[in-house]
Amino acid sequence: MPFMEFVNFYLMPGIVLGSIYALGAVGITLVFGILRFAHLAHGDLATLGAFAALGVVTIFGVSPWVALPVAMVVCAFMAIGIDKLFYDYLSERPKIIVVMSSLGIALMLRAVVQVVWGVDTETYTRGIVRPDDYWGIRIRDREIYTIIAMFVIVGVLWTFLQKTKWGKAMRAMSDNPDLALLSGVDNRKITMLTWGIVGILCAASGFFLGINTELKPLMGWTMLLPMFAAAILGGVGRVEGAVIGGLIVGIAEETSVLFIPGEYKAAMAFAILLLILLVRPTGLLKGKVL
Amino acid sequence: MELIGLLNYAVFMAIFIGIYSLLALGLNIQWGFSGLFNAGIAGFFAVGAYSSALLTAPESAVHLGGYQLPVVVGWIGAMIAAGAIAWPIGKVCLRFRSDYLAIATIGVAEIIRLVVKSEGWMTGGARGVNKIPRPFGDLSYLYSQLAYLALVFAIVLVVYWAIERQISAPWGRMMRGIRDNEDAATAMGKDIKARRLEAFIFGAAVMGLGGALFAHFNRSITPEAIDPMIATFLIWIMLILGGSGNNRGALLGVAVVWIIWSASEFVTDQLPTEYAIKAKYMRVFIIGLLLQLVLRFRPEGILPEPQGTAGSPEVKTFQKQESAAK
Repeated sequence: MPFMEFVNFYLMPGIVLGSIYALGAVGITLVFGILRFAHLAHGDLATLGAFAALGVVTIFGVSPWVALPVAMVVCAFMAIGIDKLFYDYLSERPKIIVVMSSLGIALMLRAVVQVVWGVDTETYTRGIVRPDDYWGIRIRDREIYTIIAMFVIVGVLWTFLQKTKWGKAMRAMSDNPDLALLSGVDNRKITMLTWGIVGILCAASGFFLGINTELKPLMGWTMLLPMFAAAILGGVGRVEGAVIGGLIVGIAEETSVLFIPGEYKAAMAFAILLLILLVRPTGLLKGKVL
Repeated sequence: MELIGLLNYAVFMAIFIGIYSLLALGLNIQWGFSGLFNAGIAGFFAVGAYSSALLTAPESAVHLGGYQLPVVVGWIGAMIAAGAIAWPIGKVCLRFRSDYLAIATIGVAEIIRLVVKSEGWMTGGARGVNKIPRPFGDLSYLYSQLAYLALVFAIVLVVYWAIERQISAPWGRMMRGIRDNEDAATAMGKDIKARRLEAFIFGAAVMGLGGALFAHFNRSITPEAIDPMIATFLIWIMLILGGSGNNRGALLGVAVVWIIWSASEFVTDQLPTEYAIKAKYMRVFIIGLLLQLVLRFRPEGILPEPQGTAGSPEVKTFQKQESAAK
């Protein structure tokens, strides 16, 4: 197979898909690292974000790119609201109870999407977009924007976590919650802030999946496993690890069709997850193991 | 005529309650007694259903099989197959906190669904496996249903008895000890990983048996019969509402939730079509909300787990020492 064909049909789609997974995986790694539980409603929150953007597009007739910030705000408030209404009351109980609660939230969010938008497949814009040619690399504008947006969003988050007072407080909670609390970090504010950021990231990953493929009520749920595989592969609690993990899982899924039947593309994430848990549970960049 | 119809419906419902009871009892071994989070119940159910179906079904052009083994062999095969799927997953994931197991079991259920759908030579693909023999299947309709109901209930009773026995044995106390205080159990020299693996496989095998009973009751099994999330979630809410860690609670939860679930389906079916579809999803929303409410207001369920040591010799000696110290 010629090299350019590999790049155009397997590597580039893999990077695009990987960017979408990376956005979700960063959110998962934040919840896993700071709040210390596996958030199973993550995918369905992304679905809600994607459909919220669709709602803005259909009601106001604006471009999907304008709808993205609105969807981010909706999802951020949704995530904070879910935490206040449901997860917060379980904070004194074993963390696994919150995991169970989040499984219920996943179903509830999906039911909301199905009731409001129905079960049909939707798209943001109609018509086929042909890819442009850049020195032999064929790529669509929206795919370039997806990759750039991922790096920008994660870059801003990275700077926030490294440089600002609140970001440092979040990292402190992740490293040692007892010590952070003793140093006067406000647990409730950090929790709220984390959920706000997670909501924004969810909306972004759902939106970019929607704009590159289609919107379906199950779109987020099917992303859940790859996103978790990416977060654990990168190292739980490591933002940059989640990006690397997301890209690896995305590229692995797209290139897997060269070796295994296409139906089993979705199994790649699972294989990666089991392998990393078996070989190096801390992930590539030494993360936490809960 | 009305009465016969009602009786038929009641028997049908009771058989389903029996099948779901097995799934809930299996989950109770994993979650209730051992604290293992299995979010892929539908997967183990499917493995059981397909294994038993393929072992016992007559030869067919569309799927593997034609072994026509006795139904009992099919059931045992279903339990072995479900346990065999659970083994590697447990082996990898049980070293960590149960969050990892939750994710991995979601993955397993997804992969099993993929295999069932795409490996047509084995499972018949979308057409599924048909003409699965049913015990007492050659009787007239009502008697056949009643006989199957009796069989399902007998199996549930045997499984219930077996689990109760196992749980009140030292193994069961050790499992609860590991669940409630891992460090203390480790300090006492218990092999936590191996014990958890036993509980996980044991529970998965019971779930596989539930799947097998379903396949033989339906006489056919198709990929549509396995709705991955709803089925799994219904079992969870049954166990949590009924009382995890209490087998009688699990059985009660199954009956309560299944009756509410079916009754609400009955109500939504009366609505005009455009509302009926939305109402179907509202039911899912409400069942999710029900879980949140139970977790918050009555986490121990309707029938809480009995505190087994009360009144036992050790506790009495301890109380005596306490009062003597005062």
